[in-house]
Amino acid sequence: MQRLFGAAVPLLAALVAFACGAIMLVAVGADPVEGLRALVDQAVGSGPRIATTLVRATPLLLVGAGITIAFRASVVNIGGEGQIVAGALLSTIVAIQLPNLPGILLVPLVLIAGALGGAVWGAIPGALKAYASVNEILSTIMLNLVAVQFMNFLLRGWLIDPLEVERGTRIPQTARLSENATLPALIPGSRLHLGVLVAVLAAIGAYVLLWRTPLGFRLRAVGHSPEAAKAAGIPVKKSIVTALALSGSLSGLAGAILVFGSESVRMVTDGSAAGFTGSAGFNGIVAALFGGLHPLWTIPSSFLFGGLLTGATGLQRALQVPAALAVALNGIVVIFVVSSAKVRTRLDQLANARSEMKEVLKDA
Amino acid sequence: MLEYLEAIFSVAVLASGIRLATPYLLAGLGETVGQRSGVLNLGVDGVMQLSAFFAYWTVLVHENLWLGIGVSVLVGLVMGIIYAIVTVFFEAQQGISGIGIFLFGLGFSDLMFQKNVGTPRFVKSLPDVRIPVLSDLPVLGEALFSHSVVIYGAFLLVPAVAWLLRKTTFGMNVRAVGENPQAADSLGVSAQRTRFIAILIGNVLAGLAGGALVLQLGVFQPNLTQGLGFIAVALVYFGAWRPSGVMVGALLYGLVAASVLQLKALQLIPRSYSDIAAMAPAVLTIAALVILAGRVKAPAALTRPFARH
Repeated sequence: MQRLFGAAVPLLAALVAFACGAIMLVAVGADPVEGLRALVDQAVGSGPRIATTLVRATPLLLVGAGITIAFRASVVNIGGEGQIVAGALLSTIVAIQLPNLPGILLVPLVLIAGALGGAVWGAIPGALKAYASVNEILSTIMLNLVAVQFMNFLLRGWLIDPLEVERGTRIPQTARLSENATLPALIPGSRLHLGVLVAVLAAIGAYVLLWRTPLGFRLRAVGHSPEAAKAAGIPVKKSIVTALALSGSLSGLAGAILVFGSESVRMVTDGSAAGFTGSAGFNGIVAALFGGLHPLWTIPSSFLFGGLLTGATGLQRALQVPAALAVALNGIVVIFVVSSAKVRTRLDQLANARSEMKEVLKDA
Repeated sequence: MLEYLEAIFSVAVLASGIRLATPYLLAGLGETVGQRSGVLNLGVDGVMQLSAFFAYWTVLVHENLWLGIGVSVLVGLVMGIIYAIVTVFFEAQQGISGIGIFLFGLGFSDLMFQKNVGTPRFVKSLPDVRIPVLSDLPVLGEALFSHSVVIYGAFLLVPAVAWLLRKTTFGMNVRAVGENPQAADSLGVSAQRTRFIAILIGNVLAGLAGGALVLQLGVFQPNLTQGLGFIAVALVYFGAWRPSGVMVGALLYGLVAASVLQLKALQLIPRSYSDIAAMAPAVLTIAALVILAGRVKAPAALTRPFARH
């Protein structure tokens, strides 16, 4: 019973967080019940809407699965935003360079390029942490800022749509990328594309990697105790780089999927990271945390938060509540979920103390 | 080359560098106090955005700059209480809970702005106060002694925070708790209370930093800080957890930012490379972290939650 209640604590935390969401709705003058209805309706009200939710959840799931790998190795990766951008840029460059490659080759190629770009952008803070003891929390955040500016630089210059230059409008975006690279739809005519499947497989892959392979064992050992891992002959430094590179590669994959799963099939910037990523680099952390930092639980968790993001657009349309509400709500969810860890251990302690007490009483 | 140097080493760049350094300095000083007590607050950027919005909104409605500054401090205090409860009483993992605060600040300030203001309108910005005599000094007088009160205050806080940390009982408690909370706690220094107050000080200064930022600009927009708060957190590492070091770092950032602005204004940086120039703060931070890592010692208990057993 106690155990069951312990497991319910994060859910309870989420409920309280969503109650805060209701309060925010009231604060901006909207009816929370109507708000919830608009939100749920937009998120799962029809087939196409569910498809949109799943598509919105895809980058969260990829980033989240990557986060679980990093966290299991005791590495904090807050660089999802930058890694998404790095992956998107490299995959875009590949598609621009090889426009005539058939889809059967080009689609896997752009996905690999995305993963590679993200892996490199993740390996940098990994190497800085392993070999120069630079705190990865700070370096990943800084690399987010660098990646955004690099994206702006490329999209305003080298990668800009020649038409934009010709017209003189100079909107920072690439030309429409090769149709061959467009991610095929899973159900014909639906927005549901291959990327969704890739993300689910990636999350399952992350689980298999962490718990069913020697590499995963090493990563978790390093996460558990670097000293002990080192004593056991595990290359700790290399493991740290690997963990961040793997984590980054999944975010990079998300970047490629954002580009080639989009309706415009091009990369656009409004000058900020969020303009391209939709803050998936941060929201993925939320999804992973809510999934208990377990890759498989991150799957439903991501779909939940994907639904929240899609639902927020419904709120905006029906009740004129800005979609930024979802971002604020995600923040509150994070705060409650990380706080609930303590409540859970306290409950466990309490349960243990009580059973011990019973033992003592029985003996007496 | 000469024209670049002339453009950078000018009174105008120095003056605007000091102005731009101020939000970094205020937020960095606050973060220094928090980190010396062993608490990493990654939520600074979010707190700054919230306090910036509410300060801006206050000035927009009431046309009173001091009320705006007061509101920014109040927002910092409220966020400080929340963060302190989360980190001290719930012993939450600091890096992540800070990201929660950041997301909340980013989203909520955006939400309130869109709902209550909509299109950005300018408010009056903080007036410069010329210090008599000193501001008439040749060359440097104008650059150093013709700023807003908040800027003077921020720089006066440098020795004040140094004194607080070094000479007062509270400061000694902060440092003890940041090094070894268990030992400090067993000697009768409440680690929880010390951290709670240190977090409040940190967030109040972060709030003030947001207020200073928005009231220097005179206008708010969503994601106003663009990562400034995160750089302020890194500045504490840069400054080796000392207020004077943080000031040097903040000035460096301010001057680099001012130089880039000046070079852009004089069209000495081609427009297509302005994005590369905008990377300067982040790249500088990474370089500084690499150079300083291992050379300066962080508070031993930094990011480690304290639990009394």
